[in-house]
Amino acid sequence: MALDLNIFCKSTLDGEEVDHCFSSLLGLGQNADPSYLDWLMKAWGWTLAVAGLGLAIALVLGAVMGTLRTLPDNGPMSRFLVRFSTAWVELFRNIPILVQVFLWYHVIPSFILPLKALPSYWLVSIALGFFTSARMAEQVRAGIQSLPSGQRAAATALGLTTAQSYRYVILPMALRIIIPPLTSESMNLIKNSSVAFAVSVPELTLFAMQAQEETSHGVEIYLAVTLLYALSAFAVNRVMNLIEKKTRIPGFIGASSDAGLAH
Amino acid sequence: MKRQNLMKTSLVAVGLLLGTLNVQAASQTLDKIKSTSTVTMGVRESSIPMSYTTGDSRFDGYHVEICRMILADIKDKLGVNTLRINYQPVTSQNRVPLVQNGTVDIECGTTTNNTARAKDVGFANTLYVEEVRIAVKANSGITSISQLAGKKVATTTGTTSVQLLRKHEKANGVNFEEVYGKDHADSFLLLESGRADAFVMDGSILAGNIANSKNPKDYKIVGEVLSTEPIAIMVRKDDPEFKVAVNDAIAKIVKNGNMPKLWNKWFLSPIPPKNIVVGLELSPATKNAWANLNDKPAEDYNKK
Repeated sequence: MALDLNIFCKSTLDGEEVDHCFSSLLGLGQNADPSYLDWLMKAWGWTLAVAGLGLAIALVLGAVMGTLRTLPDNGPMSRFLVRFSTAWVELFRNIPILVQVFLWYHVIPSFILPLKALPSYWLVSIALGFFTSARMAEQVRAGIQSLPSGQRAAATALGLTTAQSYRYVILPMALRIIIPPLTSESMNLIKNSSVAFAVSVPELTLFAMQAQEETSHGVEIYLAVTLLYALSAFAVNRVMNLIEKKTRIPGFIGASSDAGLAH
Repeated sequence: MKRQNLMKTSLVAVGLLLGTLNVQAASQTLDKIKSTSTVTMGVRESSIPMSYTTGDSRFDGYHVEICRMILADIKDKLGVNTLRINYQPVTSQNRVPLVQNGTVDIECGTTTNNTARAKDVGFANTLYVEEVRIAVKANSGITSISQLAGKKVATTTGTTSVQLLRKHEKANGVNFEEVYGKDHADSFLLLESGRADAFVMDGSILAGNIANSKNPKDYKIVGEVLSTEPIAIMVRKDDPEFKVAVNDAIAKIVKNGNMPKLWNKWFLSPIPPKNIVVGLELSPATKNAWANLNDKPAEDYNKK
């Protein structure tokens, strides 16, 4: 199998080779017609945009919902919040991601009309974010519940309110504990963003399907796309690893086993 | 530049290797049909009315019926008593590789004959010429592609229409807002739900989707022909003898005057399983293809 990498230097309009194959990437020269490489980079940008937006939504909602699920029972309000966050988690993790994307794209906008004005990549990011938030919430809950009950008791004994004990005692510990599972969840989100092709976001998977049809060089196209997905996921892995190292508290987490070497 | 040359040389080397390997028995496909009494036909799941399933893994359609006639002719020629036809559903993505590697002996779907594909596979003489058109909502007032500038235009991922729209934008300095359906039904849904103002696709697919919709009267096919593409039956490239046998059978079918009857049956009459009528009139281009049988690629059709 010989790879014909020249395919990426060809114009997407007439299949002829363009003037600036690699320089267009670095901004040294502009092609009159975009090449497949230009298109690939643009598609990668869409993948990162959708995944990035989804990740922001997922982290915020995941942390909030996971925390709410562990609230102590002191009044009807906290009972409502526990039930609400439990319902949230069960709803969004029990429906396949592709179905959720279709729901957000086709079904929900026909009931909530303002959503029709939102571009499709926002709707996909919301779907991805909500789906992932349910999974992250469970990890946050696991982190909180893994703490010895003495921590919460000590915070209460110090006279901290519930909000304060979460803010100053429980969450700083719990969130550090769950960085490793959060890393894989964030990497999953990058890979899950490939469902966006189904609702017309011109990201990497859509590029792969279309470009391999136009060029009939499916092997090269899919290899390039695979490489970019792997690269993006690995970049997330490295960033999370850095955060893990920077926030480590000596004597608590990762003291016995070096998480940095465990990868 | 040096790197490119190296790449080209290595490609040539591989090509030579493959070339020598291909010098084998006269016609592998005909030999295989004769010795095993079976043949594998590549079909599509939902390309109404060209090639589609009618349920229970039965397949039918304009191209499928023609292929069955071709295979019956080949069966008689080879003197085989019974010929078992295995139907293998294929997709836009896997049809060329499956024909190349011999899984499928004859592909009877909706494959455009173009020069890029002709490097990998062989095409029988064209019996259907597709015209790419625009479907819009009947009350939209759109009658031409020039009115689509700045509007949302749907098309299906993995089809030649995507590139066609891109070329049109460049040539005329206009801009469409493209939306991509993952399959034809999805693209039609985009038009139906108002997420797109138009759906640009092969005329037969547009007609089939409109006929299948809740209110076929709400949609119409308008505007100029954006592109003309020969849709042909696909066979292996390294088996010219089989291709000749297929073309001989096609010539016989055309000579017997079967083509207008087949057109009436699949495009203008109710077809199974839901008894819808596609309602696509015979185009002069298709009529011309029947009169002058040829295997010219799409590039030859769009020369101006």
